[in-house]
Amino acid sequence: MRVLALAGRRLAASIPTLFLILIGVFLLLQFAPGDTVDAMMAQMGGGDATTARQLREFYGLDLSLGAQLANYLWRLVRLDLGFSAIYGKPVATVIAERLPATLLLMTAALSLAFFFGLILGVVAARGVNKWQDTLISTLGLVFYAMPTFWFGLMAIIVFAIYLQWLPAGGFEDITVGLTGLARTLDIIRHLVLPTLTLGLFYMAIYLRIMRGSMLEVLNLDFVRTARAKGMDETRVVVRHVLRNALLPMVTLIGLQAGTMLGGSVVVESVFSLPGLGRLAYESVIQRDLNTLLGIVFVSALLVIAVNFIVDLLYARLDPRITAGR
Amino acid sequence: MTPILVLDTVSVKLPEGADRSHAMSDVTLSVAANEILCVVGESGSGKSMTANAIMRLLPGGVAIDGGRILFEGRDLAGVSEAEMRKVRGAGIAMIFQEPMTALNPLRTIGDQIAEMFEIHTDLSKREIATRVLALLEEVRIPDPALAIKAYPHELSGGQRQRAMIAMALALDPRVLIADEPTTALDVTTQAQILELIRDLQKRKGTAVLFITHDFGVVAEIADRVAVMSQGRVVEQGVASAVLENPQHAYTRQLIAAVPPLKAPPPRPLGTEPILTIDHVSKTYRTGGFLGRGQRVTHAVKDVSLVLPKGGTLGIVGESGSGKSTLARCLVRLIDPESGEIRLNGRDLACLTREEMRAETRHIQMVFQDPFASLNPRRKAGELVAQGLIVHGTARSEALARAKELFALVGLDPAATDRYPHEFSGGQRQRIGLARALALEPDVLVADEPVSALDVSVQAQVLKLLAELRQRLGLSIVFITHDLRVAAQVCDLVAVMKSGEMVEAGPIGEVFGNPQHAYTQALLASIPGRDFGLRRQAEVA
Repeated sequence: MRVLALAGRRLAASIPTLFLILIGVFLLLQFAPGDTVDAMMAQMGGGDATTARQLREFYGLDLSLGAQLANYLWRLVRLDLGFSAIYGKPVATVIAERLPATLLLMTAALSLAFFFGLILGVVAARGVNKWQDTLISTLGLVFYAMPTFWFGLMAIIVFAIYLQWLPAGGFEDITVGLTGLARTLDIIRHLVLPTLTLGLFYMAIYLRIMRGSMLEVLNLDFVRTARAKGMDETRVVVRHVLRNALLPMVTLIGLQAGTMLGGSVVVESVFSLPGLGRLAYESVIQRDLNTLLGIVFVSALLVIAVNFIVDLLYARLDPRITAGR
Repeated sequence: MTPILVLDTVSVKLPEGADRSHAMSDVTLSVAANEILCVVGESGSGKSMTANAIMRLLPGGVAIDGGRILFEGRDLAGVSEAEMRKVRGAGIAMIFQEPMTALNPLRTIGDQIAEMFEIHTDLSKREIATRVLALLEEVRIPDPALAIKAYPHELSGGQRQRAMIAMALALDPRVLIADEPTTALDVTTQAQILELIRDLQKRKGTAVLFITHDFGVVAEIADRVAVMSQGRVVEQGVASAVLENPQHAYTRQLIAAVPPLKAPPPRPLGTEPILTIDHVSKTYRTGGFLGRGQRVTHAVKDVSLVLPKGGTLGIVGESGSGKSTLARCLVRLIDPESGEIRLNGRDLACLTREEMRAETRHIQMVFQDPFASLNPRRKAGELVAQGLIVHGTARSEALARAKELFALVGLDPAATDRYPHEFSGGQRQRIGLARALALEPDVLVADEPVSALDVSVQAQVLKLLAELRQRLGLSIVFITHDLRVAAQVCDLVAVMKSGEMVEAGPIGEVFGNPQHAYTQALLASIPGRDFGLRRQAEVA
């Protein structure tokens, strides 16, 4: 009940956020020179002013700014993302084609970062200032300091070109047309390097946070109580320290979901994955306002969804958080 | 009686660079079944270290380097860590000072008590649940069935401490170590918890090692007493003998520093009021959306008081009684909702922020925590001079004045260049006093100025306060939860409960012949009350 009430409040609070983001992006793009029609004309190899005017009329670009915005928002309310002039398809279809790759990449990278960040953080904290700690902390620093694109390129050189273990890019092998389990395995093979590239950076952050919060919690009074009960160290860590130490890390995941989406642009470009990040980049270049706004809408939904889940998780982890206060 | 737990010349070494080489040196103690041994001492005396050494839960770098700790004839200093874990909780259990932080905030009370059985026994889940319920009933927690499912933050301090006791006694340990278990509690709750511990100890025949700094508590529950100072046991014996007829000079000094409960004869006071508190109220509202589901807390409710010139007005009460809120209202750190606060005839409550800043010259505050209330990054002298500088004194002149103030509060004037962490607790509170006195206020509002201090330091600060009051003609509003302290420094006293003032008057009358039921309960709860009164008779 407590968690449900909290969920309701958080959902209600996210609606205004969503609209603010959309309006902000819409206005921002109006400041950029040129519009979809300019980009299309450039692709067509030029055309006269009459065609341009007709096209603008067709896409509703001749209306006033307010009217365009109102039109857009009204369509959004009906869950209609509009039509992409560049791709010649509804925006929803374009995004739906690209979403799975990004979702898969993000989930995999986040899980990797969370899981190994947690384990390594705990190991480092248990052996603080011993060799395990030094090794893990140094590794963490290396992953954190290395630029993602460079790490990706090096991974391609070593594992795809030199060792030829894994494919260098793409989402799946389109030349053979695999189905079922074989296709799944193929996709997994393609995603190993991108996941590592994106995930290791975040793992470095999580492991540092986890190590720090573990050390802090290990010094708290209730840990001494647990030891005074006659518990062994492993049990103390698992039953009393871990959950308390997880709280800051869970907060961080919510905050970084958005950053991760941004980071996936680089990774998708390096590994030529057909994902949302690359689509966004292409839409900006082509002034495909409808697609871009669609992407922003979907990304915002994604970030809000992640934060929502994190909030619920947090409330589940920490009984002190209530909906009322 | 054969002792269950014997400490035989135990020494505990501190890491290099500590203020002394040993936290404990040659400590010899023993506790027998059905006996309460109180270990008394001031902070840093090694009394908590004794508890940790017995449990072998010493912090990193600290180690036992001599002597034997015999529990049922076995030397705990020598057994393996796995053996030691079997003793912890089952053979020797422990209760800690802070019931707030000593329980895991993320797990239910029932779960945490059940853990005791899970670690040390093979009982089934259902059996454990029955035992936990029985334990909670035994420690007289209200509504035990609900308490099992409650998280620590949902219980009051007293209830949490009861849960801790239930946890410690789960496996009927032979020895119970209680490390200042009532220090963080209100006086009425403290009385209940002490009674509970003594009651359970009597029934189960447990040997109790009770660590405290409070001689009142000692007088209340101890069978025998060991006094510690600088890591050594300086005196040990039957409680009544040590309390009535202390042999060691240090014990004598400690006991003399405990303020007697009876107020000294009243001082003549003028009738001219300097500060009038007239129907002051402050309400907090939390939560709620557009007024729905809002929770209203009356922190201060229609309080009226008068402080005569040169007098000291004590405001006493338990935590949550609104005494600190009232103090903050007086200096406008909090804006009162209604009512007037007249200082020298001027109503402070209706001043603008700007006017109030000018008026702070006349009314200054001293805070409770001498560790937290001084900015650690600024020199002590600057902290004292800051008020003067803000009010327009030249910097060099203000710093010179700070040196004079240091001398006034009994600190070395050369110490103005030092940082707050270089001073002891008592010295820091003197800095706090110097800071408040820098602007030569008419009224000093002191919010629990001595409650964070050791008893001997407390006595010094109180003496200083009395001297300053005499010399500077100060009027003081003195907020405290400690009725002994109030009895010593206050001319007038007001007792607060849940934001309301229940009784007020000259201290001798209120404490000697309390009218309100709450005041009576409060006075009756003071630990070692008889001890205080007996001592009064000796002094007189």
